[in-house]
Amino acid sequence: MAQHEVAFPVTDPAELLKLRAGDEVIVQGHVIGIRDRTQIRIFDQGQEPPMDLAGAFLLHTAPNVRKVGPGRYEKICIGTTTSARMVRFTEGLGERYGVRAICGKGGFPDEAIEPMQRLGMVYFAIVGGAAALETTQIEEIEEVAWEELMPECLWKFRVRDFGPLIVGIDAHGGSLYRDVQDRAARKLEELYARL
Amino acid sequence: MSAATTTNLAQVVEDAAAHLYVWALKDIPQDLRDALAAARGRETSRTGIRVLETIHRNVEIADEQRNLVCQDTGIAVYYCRVGEGFPLHPARIYAALRAGTERATIEHPLRSNTVHTLTRENTGANVGYRVPIVHWEFVPDWDGLDVKCVPKGSGSENMTFLKMLVPADGVKGIKRFVLDSIVGAGGKPCPPGIVGVGIGGSADYAMHLAKDAISRPVGTRNSDPLVAELEADLYELLNETGIGPMGLGGDVTVLAVHVEHADTHMTLNPVAVNYQCWAARRASAHIAGDGTFDYVRDS
Repeated sequence: MAQHEVAFPVTDPAELLKLRAGDEVIVQGHVIGIRDRTQIRIFDQGQEPPMDLAGAFLLHTAPNVRKVGPGRYEKICIGTTTSARMVRFTEGLGERYGVRAICGKGGFPDEAIEPMQRLGMVYFAIVGGAAALETTQIEEIEEVAWEELMPECLWKFRVRDFGPLIVGIDAHGGSLYRDVQDRAARKLEELYARL
Repeated sequence: MSAATTTNLAQVVEDAAAHLYVWALKDIPQDLRDALAAARGRETSRTGIRVLETIHRNVEIADEQRNLVCQDTGIAVYYCRVGEGFPLHPARIYAALRAGTERATIEHPLRSNTVHTLTRENTGANVGYRVPIVHWEFVPDWDGLDVKCVPKGSGSENMTFLKMLVPADGVKGIKRFVLDSIVGAGGKPCPPGIVGVGIGGSADYAMHLAKDAISRPVGTRNSDPLVAELEADLYELLNETGIGPMGLGGDVTVLAVHVEHADTHMTLNPVAVNYQCWAARRASAHIAGDGTFDYVRDS
């Protein structure tokens, strides 16, 4: 299990090819917060996102915030939601907008493996529920768009030492989730026999 | 916690709801802390250990900074045990719980999660049509009220399963369905958590019982020895699946399995599974008929 540090947005896509499923990663730079309604608006309602997503690291989140001025928010508690609900947007995010990393909890089902490999994308697993810690790693909420979707807006956070993240799906077709499920399926046969 | 006397019971219940909702979100119970520490002790996978260490650090930071443990402020669920002599009618208890939930959301402020199911428009302050959700139990020969607040996150709630098994499926069928449900859920409900299982009754009641089951402290056992044996068997089986912390592989898949049961129709064999994440938040208030109260984290 190698350890890496990666800054986002990435300018050299080859950097992500160093990552393998199971590796541990710390992230620096900028993180874009996105969620169900944000992606429904982009892909199902055809509205262009008002932020540049090229090379971006997306985080599946809807934060607790305090409004401190027009378009300005302070963090209260920022954590990460279950990714699987949003898997169908993966290909569009990579192909159309150049997104390079998606971070969430619980993993993506196997349908994400092929587009992520083809488009050089990586899925990062964060520790779900560990929002108090995650909040300390977010230095500032720099931008927010689509405020009317509160809290499912498009957020731009500046982060420092964001993690630990585990590479759940790499850009080489590797998936920790598929491996765990394959092993569990074999184990289940043994467990059924004992019931 | 402190105790006070007041004659305005509706206000006491509202204050309790406002306090319990925020408290539950920030300060997870001791039984859960102990179970997470024990999990850290028995996990052997490197990734699993890393996840459990991060969870431990997170709980410490939430304590130090008095922050929420998890950002998902959930859907507010209350469990009320109402004594027959408690002077406030349940209709007024519900109104007070609703007012307290709303007040806590605005005052803290907390993220509001409640939306209209069809339009998906946010309804405001974690209250809405038929929200919060309350489980009621009525107790004879008593004039008190116990309120337990369980903010239920969506990651775990989405991992809820019901199957109408047939009698010939037996206990084996129940075990197999629970196994399949938890393996299928994988990392989505934030394992290792509490698996609530409801068996018997009817379809809706089995699910109601599964939800009751997740609200019990870790370490409690069903008082019926047959049901307690099922809890122990399921705990062993689920922890052999290898799903592990956050579904990334490992030895610890669940912290506890709680089963609640009701008798059922001779041709029914319903089984419901409701998952509660590792951040199994809950906090309680015991309110006497004269308005004196105690806030208790661990019951």
